[in-house]
Formats: sequence, structure tokens, C-alpha cells
Amino acid sequence: MAAPLTLVLILAVTIRAALFRSSLADVIADRVEVVSPLTAWKRVVEGLALLDLGVSPYCGDIFHETPLIIYLFHFVVDYAEITFVLADVITAVALYKAVQEYNKQQFRKQKYALEMDHYPLDCLELIRSPKEMYYIPLKVALFYLLNPFAILSCIAKSTCCLNNAIIALFILSTMKANVLLSAIFLSLATYQSIYPLILCAPALLHLMQNQYIPLNFWRARFWWFIAQYAFMCLGSLFVIIGLSFFLLGSWDYLSSVYGFILSVPDLTPNIGLFWYFFAEMFEHFRLFFLCVFQINTFFYTIPLSIKLRDHPVFLIFMQLAVISIFKSYPTVGDIALYLSFLPVWSHLQRFLRNIFLVSCILLVCSALFPVLWHLWIYAGSANSNFYYAITLLFNVAQILLVSDYFYAFLRREHHLSYGLYLKREDGTEATLVLK
Amino acid sequence: MGLLSDPNRRRALISLLTRLNAPICVVCYLAGVAWFMGLAFEPCTLRTYMSENAMGSTMVEERFPAGERALATSREFSAHKKKAGGMPVDWLVKTMQSRGLEVFTQTFSRTLPFPDENKERYMVKGTNVYGILRAPRAPRTEALVLTAPCSGGDSNNQAVGLLLGLAQYFRSQIFWAKDIIFLVNEHDLIGMQAWLEGYHHTNTTGMDWTPIHGRGGSIQAALSLELSSDVITSLDLVLEGLNGQLPNLDLANLFYAFCQKIGVVCTIQGKLQRNDWDSVAGYSHSVQTMLLMAMKQASGRPWGDHGLFLRYHIEAVTIKGVNSFRQYKTDATTVGRLLEGMFRKLNNLLERLHQSYFFYLMPSLSHFVSIGYYMPAFGLLGSILLLRALDLWNQLVTPPPRTGDGDIEQVSSPGVLSVLTPLVISHLTGAALYFLPIHFQTIAVEHFPVSETEAVVLTAIAVYTAGLALPHNTHRLLSGEGTEQGWKVLKLVALLYLAVLLGCTALINFSLGFILALTLVPMAAFVTPHVPQVLSAFVLVIVSPACTLLFSVFFFQELQEVPVNFQEGWMLYLSVISQGILDHYLYGSVIYPLIALLVYPCWLLFWNILFWK
Repeated sequence: MAAPLTLVLILAVTIRAALFRSSLADVIADRVEVVSPLTAWKRVVEGLALLDLGVSPYCGDIFHETPLIIYLFHFVVDYAEITFVLADVITAVALYKAVQEYNKQQFRKQKYALEMDHYPLDCLELIRSPKEMYYIPLKVALFYLLNPFAILSCIAKSTCCLNNAIIALFILSTMKANVLLSAIFLSLATYQSIYPLILCAPALLHLMQNQYIPLNFWRARFWWFIAQYAFMCLGSLFVIIGLSFFLLGSWDYLSSVYGFILSVPDLTPNIGLFWYFFAEMFEHFRLFFLCVFQINTFFYTIPLSIKLRDHPVFLIFMQLAVISIFKSYPTVGDIALYLSFLPVWSHLQRFLRNIFLVSCILLVCSALFPVLWHLWIYAGSANSNFYYAITLLFNVAQILLVSDYFYAFLRREHHLSYGLYLKREDGTEATLVLK
Repeated sequence: MGLLSDPNRRRALISLLTRLNAPICVVCYLAGVAWFMGLAFEPCTLRTYMSENAMGSTMVEERFPAGERALATSREFSAHKKKAGGMPVDWLVKTMQSRGLEVFTQTFSRTLPFPDENKERYMVKGTNVYGILRAPRAPRTEALVLTAPCSGGDSNNQAVGLLLGLAQYFRSQIFWAKDIIFLVNEHDLIGMQAWLEGYHHTNTTGMDWTPIHGRGGSIQAALSLELSSDVITSLDLVLEGLNGQLPNLDLANLFYAFCQKIGVVCTIQGKLQRNDWDSVAGYSHSVQTMLLMAMKQASGRPWGDHGLFLRYHIEAVTIKGVNSFRQYKTDATTVGRLLEGMFRKLNNLLERLHQSYFFYLMPSLSHFVSIGYYMPAFGLLGSILLLRALDLWNQLVTPPPRTGDGDIEQVSSPGVLSVLTPLVISHLTGAALYFLPIHFQTIAVEHFPVSETEAVVLTAIAVYTAGLALPHNTHRLLSGEGTEQGWKVLKLVALLYLAVLLGCTALINFSLGFILALTLVPMAAFVTPHVPQVLSAFVLVIVSPACTLLFSVFFFQELQEVPVNFQEGWMLYLSVISQGILDHYLYGSVIYPLIALLVYPCWLLFWNILFWK
């Protein structure tokens, strides 16, 4: 299994190396779809220059990355391209290992359920065979490494790649049931961009499942575990934040990084939903809608974790998608991360309903982004409404995609407990309707 | 959401779309064509109106008196031009200076990738002369441009004369709030390109020019003037710019309003407006006007010197004087008054022209069709591709009832290879079509008795034709017998590819997208390996991009009422190809790379599907 993975890695690295050397790299690095004000490499370079001059990198309104990133690149700026390729490789390998582990667990669970005769008889065709599960980890790595979105954001040297790598390592350590590492990587990811905080719910669920701690609010063990995990998370977050403070000697970065993420002052167009709304809005509604938009991102955690409490990995997938759709400065790199999980759910294929429509829309939108940008900014003949219409459509398609997978997942689970061919009370064939 | 979530309704909808796929496609195609033709019908169009308040409500009085003197200047200019054997730079500098302008010159040189046989030029050297009239009333942050190309022979002298006359007259007026730049450019578009690149300090086409020393503010609008006779019968408005970009409609409205006010006969595409829209002749007249505009736009070349301004966000049009055998004559004074009026109104602008439309077609000068009206025509054609793709998808995901898992594995793995091979090969052929003609011209000239230009064009045609033989042979060699699933997957990919490609093209250049859709969509819809091969192959070649271009050349000549026989048409076709390639290398027109790198490979995919077995 290692040989195909190595091949894929070599192919991916070759593509990235070739593109880094081509003239496309500069064009891609300026695309608003690929880099956001948070992750743009240009801004990191500016921050580094300020740092070298002995000025705080946050004193202007250019640099918004975290102090750890800038100190990382302080040392490896000459090897930036290698760092980014390495980050992608780490992401892919971590996802590969994580999915392998997940599949192992799933298979064990399925075997147990089969032995216990938990599944209805007509559900045998829903049972997953080891043969089809064998290639899934490889496909996940392939999906991430050869995804044009991931390639673009690596070529643009968007620091989103590094965030993805941290999140992938977090997923891996959670899968391996390493509580401490999971907490550390979660706090690192949170430190980088706040939003991964909501991944604590699936992590907790998975770790508790792993240690056979029942989800019972009246049990002390439940709360004790949560307290442990929270302590580890907050502790490492505290250490990281303290470290950043001692590196820079000031608290500037808090407002410049987290204030920037939460209050969305930069309304450069991107593929997200924020910029147009906040550009059009009357100033006195700004705070209100800011709260609404940000709470929206975090809010899905509650219903989703209640519904998916037995399936934390699917919950991770959903949460990643929600983050990349609703975060304030999304880029295509975020989308690449959750898209790479799609092969894991390949067994849901027969329950997907809109996959053709959705993939067509995603394809068309991805092609239209640069075209409409050209018409708006260079030709001057279109305007921001054209671009935003496509952004909106793109996000609607993403939401449809995710909800389609959600529905398919729930439906499979339903069939697994009630049988595949449902009968109505009068004996005719029943259909499941989502209302 | 009921439609998306209720399985019964979905099934009903999908089965409806699958069962009635062919009839719906035919209806969509006919409706699309009918919609487009209906756009020229006057009740379906909007009257033009001035959207920009700054140009609409204010009155200006035109008093330009010196038409005769301008003509005298033009005769002087013509004499000096003959003496200098080109642009009389010194005389122009002196004359402009004597009229009180700040005068600057810019020299440029450019070696064409291959000789331009239409204009007989290869190594081009020239000089642009321009004078700036500084605005007396405002900070000099904005500018307007009036240009007249100094072309070879005896043409366009009157335009330069009128330009100098207007410069003298404008100098004496005090209400200019924007700098006015009077530019005389040599070697038409090449000079224009050099000047614009110099003015904006960019170099996109690798031309050599000396830097520009005098600048006005940021240019708000530009008029290009072409006059070749002392009296004219009508003025023609040229809108189509590089890559089919159009100026803001308000500029056309402004021209039309002043023509009406001063009483000059004005035309668009050389067609006079008719009032009898309800008669067949009247309708066919406006159809012809609109089709001419569509074809000019689709060609993607700048149809006047204004065409290059548009790339820099500057609204510009060319005004062309026409002297035909009509009774009613207009003298230079009147044309001067018209230009004065237009400049006075442009001078009133408070912000860039942005109020009116940028996407439009004009069936006559007083009527226009906006993007919201013409896009459905394209949408109807494009939806055919999506419907066919949906149909294919349905066939692919619901195979005859065999149980899922192992099957999908078997189907998809040859599928990927059999799709990837033709995709890569046809794109390589496309890349060859793009790169070979220019790079192989020296070799071709050495070995064959042809000139450089012929070598380029003939190589292009040869590569194009060779591409027809290449892909399906290699495919057969690589992956053996094609499977039923294989071509379906390939066709699905090709359909989506074509839909995205045409959609993007239609957004940037509607006419090009629509013409390509008109020819490629029916072909894409019907082609399968099971249709009669020889006949379909013939049809496929007929609708291929190159043949579309050939027919367009004949059709264009027909519309312009200068029909050509086949021999002349063929020569014209060859020169159109060479011009297209030159446009790409000289001005950065994207039509040639678009056709060579994307449309042609896409067409090859369908060619591949036809010869799948």
C-alpha cells in the first residue's frame, strides 16, 4: 500500500514543482479565490520585512497571520516552496493514515454488528466489503493532492495549506485516540483561525466512544473526561498564546489576527458570503449582522453533534464543510480539505440525489469566477453583482452537496436499522421523504 | 425544495426529461434561434436613451466655425506628408505648437511575427505626435482624447486637418475641465497600441517604444476620427473593440443625439436606419444590421483605432465619414460642430461612463438589445448541452439491474483511462495548432515555395487537418476496443466541457459564444458512435470551427453587400486567418488561442466519439 501512496506523492510534488517554476505562479498568487487577506503570501513577506526592520509586523494593516507562522517563515523563508509542498504532503499522509484507522474501526464495528445480527436481512447489499474499503485511504490522499483547488492554493503559497496540515494532524491524532496530541493540534488549529474550535465536539465524541465512556450527562466520568480534554486544550492554547506574546513582546497580534477574523474589516471580494453583505450594509446594522453571521458558523455544532453523536468522523466532515462555507475569509484551499473526504463516503453513492447537478454547478462556478472577475475588474463592463451571484451559487452548491451527503448518510443508517425495502402499513413499497 | 427532496417528483421529472429529451432539445434549439432573430424586431427592443445625467440634461451650444480652414490645413498636411513620404512629424509638432498645445512625440518600432500582406508591413517604425490642451478650469486629473490616424496614401488627411482645427478652436475656449489630448498616430493600431502602452506604462505585447514625457490625467473617453473627403454624406459609428468589447452605450447615445440635433445622417455598420419596422424589408434590414454587429464582435478584432482603448477601461468609439452618392452632403464645419458638442458633453462628466449598458447589440442606432434580452437565446442553446449531459448521466448511473459495488469498480477504471487519453491528445493537437505555425515558418519557407504569411496560414490549416486523423487512431492504439461505457463517459465530459467553455465565451464575447453554440451544439447533441459515420463525419467537418469561419467570411461579405466568388472568398479566408494570428501577437486578442487551445480540442473530442469503434 505504501508504493501507490509514494507514487501519488511523487506525482503531486512534481506537478507542484513544475507549476512553481512556471509563470502561472504569480498569476495564481494574486487570485482572490485562492488567497485571502489572512493567508496571502505577499502579506507574509511584508510581515517578515517589518519584523526584520525591528517593527511589529502588525503595526500596519497588511499582515494578519499569527506570530508562530511569521517566526516559522523567519527561519525557512528561503525554503518557502518546500515548506508548502511539505505541508501538503503531511496533510495527505495524515489523512491517509487517519482514514485507514477509521476504516479499520468501521470494519470492526460492522463485523461485530453482523455477528450480533443487528442488521436486517435485506440490508446485506449495504454491507461494505474490505475490497472496496482497501483503496479508500489512497483515494483520499489522491483527492487532496491532485485536487486543483489544493494545487492552486499550494502554488499561491497560501498559508491555508499549513492550517490544513494542522487540521489533518488533529484528525489523525484523534483517530489514533491520542488525547493529548489531539488537544494540542486542536488548540494549534484554533490559534491559527479560531473556527476549528468547533471540531472539539467530534473529537470529544470520538475519544469518548473510543474509551467507552457513555454519553450521559448524569455520569461523573463524562464530565471528568470533558474537563480533562478542555484542560489540555486550554492549557496548550495558553502556552501558545503566551509563547506568541514573548516572541513579539506585545499583544498587538490578538486584535490584528482574531479581531480581523471576527469583525471582517477587509471586504476584498472572495468566494465567501461576507464581503458583499457587509459592503452593502448600513453601518449601524454592521455589528448585529456580524454577530448573526459569526454565530451562524458556530451554531451548527449543536444540532449536528446531537444528530451525529454516534458518527464523529462524519461530523468532522460536516463541520469542516460548514467552516469552509461560512467562515469570514474562505479560500479554495479550505474547500479542498473537506472535498478530500468524499471517497470515505463512497458507499453513500446510491443514496445521493443531486450529485450531478451539484458537481455541474461547482464546475461552472469555478470556471466563471475568473471570467467574471476579468469582466468586472479589467474590462469594467460587469460589476460586483455578477461576481457575487456566482459566489452565492457556488456556496449554495456546496451547501447542497453537504446536505446531500448528510441525507444519504442518515438514510443509510436508517436502512441499516429498519431494512432496505421499507413497506407501508398497507404493504406497498414506501419511500423516504425529507421534509 | 420539494422538487429536490421528494423522490417521486424527482423521478417523474427525470423520466420526463429522459423520455422527451430529443424533442425538448430540438425545441430549445429552434427557440434559441428564433429568440435571437426576434431581437431585431423593433417592438422587442428598447429605445436608446441617455442614462448619464451629466451628459443628458445640460445644454451646449456648438459654434465651431472653421471648417474651411481645417480643410486648408488638411491640404497643407497632405502636401507635407507627400514630401516627407510618411508622417510629417516636424510640421505636425510646429503646427500643434503654434496652436498653443504642449506637444510631445513618441517613436516606436515593432517587428511583426510574419509580414502582414494586407497592409504590406513587416518591420514597422513610426512616430506618434500628440498635443495636450491643459484644462483651464479644473485640476488636471482627467483627460479626453481625440485621435486621427495618419494612414498611408491620401486617406484620412481631412481627419488630421479637422483635428488641428478643433485644437485651435478649443484652445480659445475657457470651459474645459479635462485635459484634451490631440493625438495623430502612425501605422494605425500599432501606433495606438504603442501610445496607450506608453501612456499607461505597461508593456503587454513586447513592443519597443520610447517613454512618453507629457501626460494628462486619467483618460475618461476617446474619439477616433476617420475622414477622407472634404464633404461627407453620412457618419458611421464603429463600436466593436478588441476581443469583442464594447464601449458604454452612452457614448453611442451621445453620438446619435448630436447627429439628430445637428442634422447629420448617421449610420451603424454602414446601414441607415429605416422607419418601416413592420414591413418585411424593414425587419430584414435590422436583422442584417444586428448580424453584422454580431459578426464583427465575434471576430474579436478592433474595428477602428478606438478598439484598443477599451482594454484600459476607457470608453471609445470611432467615427467614420462616408462619402457616397447620396444627395445630402455635410461639410467639415458641421462635423466639427458635432465633435465640439460631443466633447463639451464629455467635458461635463463627473465620473467615468458607467450608467448605461456595456453588453448590448444594436439592430439600429436608435434601438438596442441588452444582455438580459439576448442571454436567453444563448441559454436555450446551452441548456441543450446540459439536458443531453443529464440524459447520459442517467444512463450511466442506472445500468440494467446489476448489483452495485464490484461493477462500479470495473466500469470506472477503464473509464478514466479512455477519457484521459483523448483529452490529452486533443489538447496536445490544439497546442500544436497554436505553437507550430509561428515557429515553423522559417523551415516552411526554406523548403516550400511560399511566402512567410502563406507558410503560417498553410501550416495552421495543415495542423488542423492532421488533427482530424490523429486522435482516434492513437486512441485505438492505446486502449484497444472502446467500450460502450467509455464513450458515454467521454461524451459526458465533452458536453460539460463545451457547456462551460461556451458559457464563459458568451459572457466575454456574446456573439462569438452564440455563433459557436449555433454550430457546435447540434453536433454535440447528436453525435454517438452509432450514427451513420460518413454522413456524420461530413456534418462534423462542416460545423467545425474552421469551416464556420469560412462560411462566416462569405456570409459577412454577403451582408455587406459585396458578395465574392469562391476564389476571392478563399483568399479572403486565408487573409482572415493570418490577420487573426497577427491580432493575437500584436494586440493580445484572445480569439486565436481560444479557438486553438480550447474550442478545437473540444470539437476533436466529439470527432473522437464518432470514431469510437
